[in-house]
Amino acid sequence: MLNGVQFGLMLFLLAAGLTLVFGIMDMINLAHGSLYMIGAYLTATFVGITGVFWLGVLLAVVGTALIGMLLEFSILRQLYRRDHLSQVLATFALILIINEVVRIIWGSQPLLLSAPEGLSGPIEILPGLNYSAFRLTIIGVGLVVAMGLFLLVNNTRVGMWLRAGASNREMAQAMGVPIKPLFTLLFGVGAALCAIAGAFLGPILAVQVGMGESILILAFVVIVIGGIGSVKGALVGALLVGIVDTAGRAFLPLLLSQVASPEVASNLGPALASILIYLLMAVVLFFKPQGLFPART
Amino acid sequence: MSILLEIQGLQTFYGPSQVLFNVNLTIQEGQVATLLGRNGMGKTTTVRSILGLTPARKGLISFAGRRIEALPPEQIAALGIAVVPEGRQIFPNLTVKENLIAFAANRNQSPQPWTLPRIYEIFPRLQERQHNLGNQLSGGEQQMLAIGRALMTNPRLLILDEATEGLAPLLREEIWRVLRLLKQSGQTILVIDKYVERLIALADQHTILERGRVVWQGNSEALGAQPELWKRYLSV
Repeated sequence: MLNGVQFGLMLFLLAAGLTLVFGIMDMINLAHGSLYMIGAYLTATFVGITGVFWLGVLLAVVGTALIGMLLEFSILRQLYRRDHLSQVLATFALILIINEVVRIIWGSQPLLLSAPEGLSGPIEILPGLNYSAFRLTIIGVGLVVAMGLFLLVNNTRVGMWLRAGASNREMAQAMGVPIKPLFTLLFGVGAALCAIAGAFLGPILAVQVGMGESILILAFVVIVIGGIGSVKGALVGALLVGIVDTAGRAFLPLLLSQVASPEVASNLGPALASILIYLLMAVVLFFKPQGLFPART
Repeated sequence: MSILLEIQGLQTFYGPSQVLFNVNLTIQEGQVATLLGRNGMGKTTTVRSILGLTPARKGLISFAGRRIEALPPEQIAALGIAVVPEGRQIFPNLTVKENLIAFAANRNQSPQPWTLPRIYEIFPRLQERQHNLGNQLSGGEQQMLAIGRALMTNPRLLILDEATEGLAPLLREEIWRVLRLLKQSGQTILVIDKYVERLIALADQHTILERGRVVWQGNSEALGAQPELWKRYLSV
């Protein structure tokens, strides 16, 4: 359950950037996952150089944000006016290019990124219940970032512009919202969120080429469930997907072993678990075709 | 009086099909001008070209002495043009208050700028509903909000596209009252509407569009004296 929340919050960091970019710019950015990968690699590198986990994370977040803004400024900006197919093709090409560049710089072996030493052990959160301190930290970081993002979106002028842009971009422009700088900034924020997710999932999953693609699909499921363009939707969707996915993997094989032979259960369980989130998506879309919290009405 | 908006030889296309043919229009500072014509004759397209939303293919548009026909919409808005668009287009996911304050500005240092209290003064209803979301308003309230939202940018030119459309008579009166108020305060306005008699009483000069071309231009006196024009081009 806690693992689900922890994974969900990290998914939220990825999905928040993706949903804003998709919702406001009407731009499908498959390379979003690549920024997550870059964030993880930069973290591993900077932690290696500085020897201090938190400093490494900070540098990686700043670095990834800059790379994200550079990407937007140089390449992605040209794609806004194109149709979705062109965007998918172009950003898919970006994935391949970035993967190769990462392979050239860091090699094809997965990097080792370990959790900071003080947090590597378990701590007792309830009497008799131990939980990994690092995962608990991830939950904390995720909550703090989510709160910051909500404050930004709900209580600032830039946030109002973002929401206005998500619901009616043309009208927002006609009201004088400086769309271009806003988009670049938004991309920077999205990239920074990716980097945070990459930095904290890196020690748990593996820092390797291609790590962005698998999680990107989950992030897309999240924003479709949550409603494209809605940060609140991304949070709810991410937690749902995180919990359902993790719980499914943990409990489905157990559950199945009650009704079927252990062999069948251990084979079928993980397979069923991995389709659970898509089932979840199908159910949500059946009842709310626009997602749970649609930004456009 | 100086010229605030000048349009010369405006030609605008939607894809391959031409919608506007050599539209000319001049609005002096402090004037109220109208665009008249039946539906689909190019009124809204003219507005969209001024705003930069559907950029002109040919011709020039200058605002306060600056060429704007090639500028992006946000820069045109920043120069001081605000629109109350057809269909109101309130941001549904922003509250009433947010719709008003998100774009507030006083770039041209208006001595008596529009502020939140002043908007609430002319539209008390908006204050009552300030914490409601844009999509929870009635049509009339949305229209007030659209006007308030445009005024909060303290524009030099205010454009109203069918601001009274679909409103109950009482609410329509409310809008006309505010327009008279704005005119008295010296606000330059370009207004599109169907109520010709009201416009004759309110505005200084009129332009009739027919299939994307200007077919008549003149002042209120001239338009009032030629009811046959109304019949021919406006089907009233």
